[in-house]
Amino acid sequence: MVPLSYYLVLSAILFACGVAGFLVKRNIITIFLSIELMLNGVNLTFVAFAAQLNKLEGHIFVFFVMVVAAAEAAVGLAIIIAVFRTRETLNVDRVNLLKL
Amino acid sequence: MHLWIIPLLPLAGAAINGLLGKRFPKALVNTIALGSTGAAFAMALWVAAQFAGLSPDQIPHIERYFTWLSAGPFSAEYGIYLDQLSLVMLLVVTGVGFLIHVYSVGYMEHEGGYYRYFAYLNIFMFFMLTLVLANNYLLMFVGWEGVGLASYLLIGFWFLKKSAADAGKKAFITNRVGDFGFLIALFLLIKHFGTLQYDSLWKLVSQYPVETAGAGLLTAIGLLMLVGATGKSAQLPLYVWLPDAMEGPTPVSALIHAATMVTAGVYMVARSSPIFNHAPDARLAVAIIGTLTAIFAASIGIVQTDIKKVLAYSTISQLGYMFMACGVADYVGGIFHLVTHAFFKGLLFLAAGSVIHGLGGEQDMRQMGGLRKYLPYTFWSMTFATFAIAGLPPFAGFFSKDQILFATWSSGAHILWLIGVITAGMTSFYMFRLWFLTFFGEYRGPNPANGGHGPGGHGHGAPHESPWVMVVPLMILAVLSLIGGWIGVPHSLGGSDRFGHFLSPVVQSAASPEISSTPGENPAEQESGSSELTFTVISVAVALLGLLLAWWMYYKQPELPDRIAKAAGGLYTFVLEKYKVDELYGTVIIQPIIALSANVFWKGIDRGLIDGAADGSAAGAQETSDALRHMQSGNIRSYAGWIAVGATAVIAFMVWRGLR
Repeated sequence: MVPLSYYLVLSAILFACGVAGFLVKRNIITIFLSIELMLNGVNLTFVAFAAQLNKLEGHIFVFFVMVVAAAEAAVGLAIIIAVFRTRETLNVDRVNLLKL
Repeated sequence: MHLWIIPLLPLAGAAINGLLGKRFPKALVNTIALGSTGAAFAMALWVAAQFAGLSPDQIPHIERYFTWLSAGPFSAEYGIYLDQLSLVMLLVVTGVGFLIHVYSVGYMEHEGGYYRYFAYLNIFMFFMLTLVLANNYLLMFVGWEGVGLASYLLIGFWFLKKSAADAGKKAFITNRVGDFGFLIALFLLIKHFGTLQYDSLWKLVSQYPVETAGAGLLTAIGLLMLVGATGKSAQLPLYVWLPDAMEGPTPVSALIHAATMVTAGVYMVARSSPIFNHAPDARLAVAIIGTLTAIFAASIGIVQTDIKKVLAYSTISQLGYMFMACGVADYVGGIFHLVTHAFFKGLLFLAAGSVIHGLGGEQDMRQMGGLRKYLPYTFWSMTFATFAIAGLPPFAGFFSKDQILFATWSSGAHILWLIGVITAGMTSFYMFRLWFLTFFGEYRGPNPANGGHGPGGHGHGAPHESPWVMVVPLMILAVLSLIGGWIGVPHSLGGSDRFGHFLSPVVQSAASPEISSTPGENPAEQESGSSELTFTVISVAVALLGLLLAWWMYYKQPELPDRIAKAAGGLYTFVLEKYKVDELYGTVIIQPIIALSANVFWKGIDRGLIDGAADGSAAGAQETSDALRHMQSGNIRSYAGWIAVGATAVIAFMVWRGLR
């Protein structure tokens, strides 16, 4: 059986990749994907712990996260399309009308 | 006797005129100011009549109204203490004060701020009456400070003139130095006796031994009181403010800086006679300070050319006589001279004011001369006053000055007596110099004497006599300068020394019987007849000598003074510049204090430390915020970066805790 630490390290790497992508990338879609990556890194931790500890709560949390992520994807993609229509760009640094 | 009404009358006048007077016509301002002072004088006369009916065991008559303040075991009352001494002061202050109020109506007629002037004058009367009537030192100190305030306000009455404003400040600050000593004396009294009420204080002090062997508590208190008195009464070394105080209107110089306020120090010393009688060393210091001041100021007065400056130095010199008298335990003589001086010096100032008024503001005696023709009434009243201050019989100053000089001789202080006699000659000389320069010879002013009252209006015509409202007070004071001394004719001249008998219960009975510092007094009393007459002859001869010298130098040979001045050269200039005392104080005291204040207290402590701390914390907060401001870039990803950094830091911390 694969030890718990392997899962945890993998999920940490996934999460770190997500953070790095979120911070470095300028394209909104890439940032969006990075957020999904972070969420799923966390999901992996949940299920790994749930299997290890024989508890159900971890699985339930994962479903919650997936539902929220799906809803977020729907709303987020809608916003992205709206932004693209008005601004004709996907670069977040240029979506700065609220900035002083 | 409801004595509280007396000081309250001028206070009411001051309040009405000060608060509402701006809209009043001049006649109403006059009515209020003169009415309140006149009523106070009338009441003082009534009180004097009542006082005469009191039996000796009812004196002092003390009226207590309420406890003014109490702190722990110490408390001070608001109360009035009426004995022979305060009665004399009460009559002098209200009487001379009222006359000068009347005179001011004429003198200040053309001046702006008319209501303000009378409000100040009335508030001065209130504080002066508080000072002389108080039944404890703390209340006296209230009056003491209050007259200082009134003096400041009136010296700086023409506050748009820089020299007047500066003179006011100088008077106020110089007096602070003296008040500092007076306050410490009061603190010592509170600490050791627990009270400042005169009646209980004298009982406690009389149980103390006379400090003949060495200086003790009472000597320290006496010396500190002397410091206070030198400030208020313009004695060495704090006299410098009084000549400058001549910047004020002339009636103010007459009332405050000649007749009443400056004598407060003498009154205080006489009032404190039980303390000074128990501290011979402190009393000796009073005598020495007084004598030195008398001759020092007289020597400056000889060469001054400003008519008011001559009178100012003369005032300092005469105050020196009063201190000299108190210093040799002749408090009666000191107060006697205070009274006669109030008459003749008040008159001298008022007459000088009349001359200045008649010449449209000219104060330099070199521009006067021959005014006898133009101002006859002023001339005659000035003549009375000059003879009085010179000490020629039968004028007032003769009796009082003679008594002081004789008391000084009989106390054994022969050197002080000699200096006093020399000063008497100098007094006579400089006063007759003023008299001859002003009223005799030819008019030396810029306007031709036959010009009449030109169309230029007031102050541009020939010299003219003052209005009646100014002349009448002059004449009343002239009469008083003549007869004022007759209240104290000594035994040797066939009198009965009524003034001495009247006052002696205050200043003698309070003292312990075994005063050892005046050994010559009792033998002197017995041999007084012939020897006092000898001293009288000496002082009259000296006064006549001064008169003759002044006559010769300023009437007979008018070019002589210039030749003497040239011959004396540097010495003459040195005296003319008042021995450069102001410059000396400037270099030794004022400049170092300014340097210390500017460099250490202002630039160092105030600007460096206090402002530095306030400004520094503000600047620190600003710089920190400025640095932290860049975190708030508005860029989402940089916020996310900060979150990531923070999260990393938290995780690192937890890992580190776990590893430990």
